Amino acid sequence: MRNLRRQLLAGPYILWMAGFILLPTLMILYYAFTTTSGHFSLLNVSSITFSVHLKSLVLSLKLALACTLICLALSYPLAMILNKLKSKSQGLIVFIFILPMWMNFMLRILAWRMLLSNNGVINSLLGILGLPGLDILNTPKAVVFCMVYDFLPFMVLPIYNAMARIQKDVIEAAKDLGAGNVTIFFKIIVPLTMSGVISGIIMVFVPALTSFAVSDLLGGGKVLLIGNVIEQAFMQEYNWNLGSGLSVVLMVFVIASMALMNARGDEGGGTFT
Amino acid sequence: MSKRLIDLQHISKSYDGQMVLDDLNLYIKENEFLTLLGPSGCGKTTTLRLIGGFETPDKGNIIFDGKDITGLAPNERQLNTVFQKYALFPHMSIAENIAFGLKIRKKSKAYIEDKIRYALKLVNLDGFEKRTVDSLSGGQQQRIAIARAIVNEPKVLLLDEPLGALDLKLRQDMQYELIRLKNELGITFIYVTHDQEEALTMSDTIVVMNQGYIQQIGTPEDIYNEPTNAFVADFIGESNIISGIMLHDRLVRILGIDFPCVDEGFGSHTPVDVVIRPEDVELTAPDKGILKGEVTSLIFKGVHWEMEVMANGYEWLVHATQMQPLGSHVGICVDPFNIQIMNKPESNDEKAVETDA
Amino acid sequence: MMKKSAERIYLLVIFLFLYLPIMVLVVLSFNDSKAKVVWGGFTLRWYRELFSNSAIMEAFCTTIFISLASALLATLLGTLAALGIDAMRKRGKAIMLGATNIPLLNADIVTGISMMLLFVRFTRLGFGTVLIAHITFNIPYVILNVLPKLKQGSRTTYEAALDLGATPLYAFYKITWPQILPGVLSGFLMAMTMSLDDFSVTYFTKGAGINTLSTMIYTEMRKGIRPEMYALSTILFLIALVLLLFINFRPAARKERAA
Repeated sequence: MRNLRRQLLAGPYILWMAGFILLPTLMILYYAFTTTSGHFSLLNVSSITFSVHLKSLVLSLKLALACTLICLALSYPLAMILNKLKSKSQGLIVFIFILPMWMNFMLRILAWRMLLSNNGVINSLLGILGLPGLDILNTPKAVVFCMVYDFLPFMVLPIYNAMARIQKDVIEAAKDLGAGNVTIFFKIIVPLTMSGVISGIIMVFVPALTSFAVSDLLGGGKVLLIGNVIEQAFMQEYNWNLGSGLSVVLMVFVIASMALMNARGDEGGGTFT
Repeated sequence: MSKRLIDLQHISKSYDGQMVLDDLNLYIKENEFLTLLGPSGCGKTTTLRLIGGFETPDKGNIIFDGKDITGLAPNERQLNTVFQKYALFPHMSIAENIAFGLKIRKKSKAYIEDKIRYALKLVNLDGFEKRTVDSLSGGQQQRIAIARAIVNEPKVLLLDEPLGALDLKLRQDMQYELIRLKNELGITFIYVTHDQEEALTMSDTIVVMNQGYIQQIGTPEDIYNEPTNAFVADFIGESNIISGIMLHDRLVRILGIDFPCVDEGFGSHTPVDVVIRPEDVELTAPDKGILKGEVTSLIFKGVHWEMEVMANGYEWLVHATQMQPLGSHVGICVDPFNIQIMNKPESNDEKAVETDA
Repeated sequence: MMKKSAERIYLLVIFLFLYLPIMVLVVLSFNDSKAKVVWGGFTLRWYRELFSNSAIMEAFCTTIFISLASALLATLLGTLAALGIDAMRKRGKAIMLGATNIPLLNADIVTGISMMLLFVRFTRLGFGTVLIAHITFNIPYVILNVLPKLKQGSRTTYEAALDLGATPLYAFYKITWPQILPGVLSGFLMAMTMSLDDFSVTYFTKGAGINTLSTMIYTEMRKGIRPEMYALSTILFLIALVLLLFINFRPAARKERAA
């Protein structure tokens, strides 16, 4: 069986994934459902109902939702405009819009921190113009702002790709059958880009929900997201069981949001380029 | 005869400085099956898109049913298009595709359901309402595209090479289906194709186009039997096109031999092109023909033999049911009635085509 | 006309939103003043200080090494895996693709933590564990880049080569390899960029001794912003620019797009 022998080439990968994806997942589940002394317990997971934890989870969900909606509102028109450009310049312009995404994540946070701080660039400019300062650093607003900046390309690209795939004659056929611009938009363009919108939402919502670095650096310790709680449990309190328990809860939310989105539309993969 | 439904007046259109249509004039009668026929780039698809409203002419007017519709958007025109690649909406079921135009016109639910059933029956796809677009074969998608267009009861159906992507057998079946549909619906069809056989089979009127100009308008019989120039003669079927001199009425000199013919009014000693269809060339015993020649090629084609006969320096293409062996000497005869005289092309465009055809 | 200019303005606003922060960083990296909005003249001082800061330079070298090494190893494992997955039947293929998507969609923080739990149990955190973690999240990018190239009729041409008398190895080298090479390359480059950009996974798997640029900037930023960081940003932006230009506009990518 020549075919079987070729399949074996995937062997090292399967072993690798078993060792470094499956096994770690089992570890996190083990810690999540045991106490420090190794006894079975639901306490770590149920501790999400503690008011501190619950508050941070709710705040995370709120901020992630806000970030996702803002990204969607900004991206959809952007994707439409990019799609309409002449094909000659299109490649370059799309390139320009994804370039910032590839700059180091930390440095983008750094840039916003510097722009937003009290004696930062934006406030100084506003001051010169005699306008009141923008005091949003160390608030959830700054965190959302920076997350939108970070994750915007994840939303633009899948929507743009879906839009570019729509055949021109499908639009013409709709016109031919009597559809005006509004009907074409809602009946043809929106449904045909839905797969892109859904993968965009997943690709923005999940990292926004689970992020901890942005809130840490732009929230000034005042914006406590669920990611921060988990990070502190591991790195400051050394309570691995609690951290794992909360991680499992977080994973449930991630999986639930993906399932919710995937139920709404067909699979929307292939959007990582 | 029935009235003019569409009138194209002095239409010109160019893309990026390239002239596609130049002062085109054409009318389409009610209830007519009209075919725009020509090689790719001849302007036939542009003409169709102008009628459909997907392009606007640089110059000229489009009159539809007595009204000027030149500036109207496609969704404001009473005609529908069947697209070359079907252009079905991939995210909708078959029923939703067909209902699309009706919903926009705010028809009642019962009416829409009725229409869907009727249209599917008409294209022989009853019961396909719930199917998805990608579960259909190319031929079935084509039928749905037609159903989607005709439920809106357009006065005119525009078809842009609708059979181009289908295989030969299916294409032939669909040709008959289209004729049947046209008769059942009693509406005007404007059909674009580069396939001369398709055009001859289906049309009431054929418009042969080349390089943005109309070459000839006529019934399939006219176009085939009496092509007005070498381009049409060459594009429609196979022919022997030979330079000749019209000596006077009813006598033409070809390859140094005088042939009696039936054409008049070309003047005397006028250079002309002479068209003789290969099935009109009669082979006789060597001494009984007007010309003597030798068979240089012989191919069996099923219903007939295709032969090439070298005579007086010209290789004659001959279709005959009786075979003459390779190398045998034969005589060539042509019935005066089967000799078609054409003026030499005047425009450079026509000439250009003649040489590369 | 109105609509067109509205579109232009919208593009411009988004463009400014994306690039203003970067431009400000670049300008400040040449500013001879510690205050943020006062232009104190042109200087290369921050670049000099950057290059003489051994902690930063060490983190820089670690980052480059880890990116290159993890991308290389991930490319090797991922390309083999793609060849294997391609040979599988429909069902096996679907399972493997599903499994490959998990680390892509999983939250970084959970990936990092779960691997940390494993590593702490069996070994010590350090350079090796970061490398393993990076390879793990890089492999899927390679597979997803190579697989589509294998679908494009490579099976039939490979079999045609065998039919013409080639040995399997020769057929692979002469037929399959040239076909998948563009995918292998873009997979490698994408893996490298992901690795360069990673913060969360590195943060949890690195241990005390080592730093990549991401984790190091994170620690520094909690203390305050130093002007060397601007210089570092400028350099990293240029690196990203060159890498991405290479991914998008190398001749092979052009041809793919045209096809």
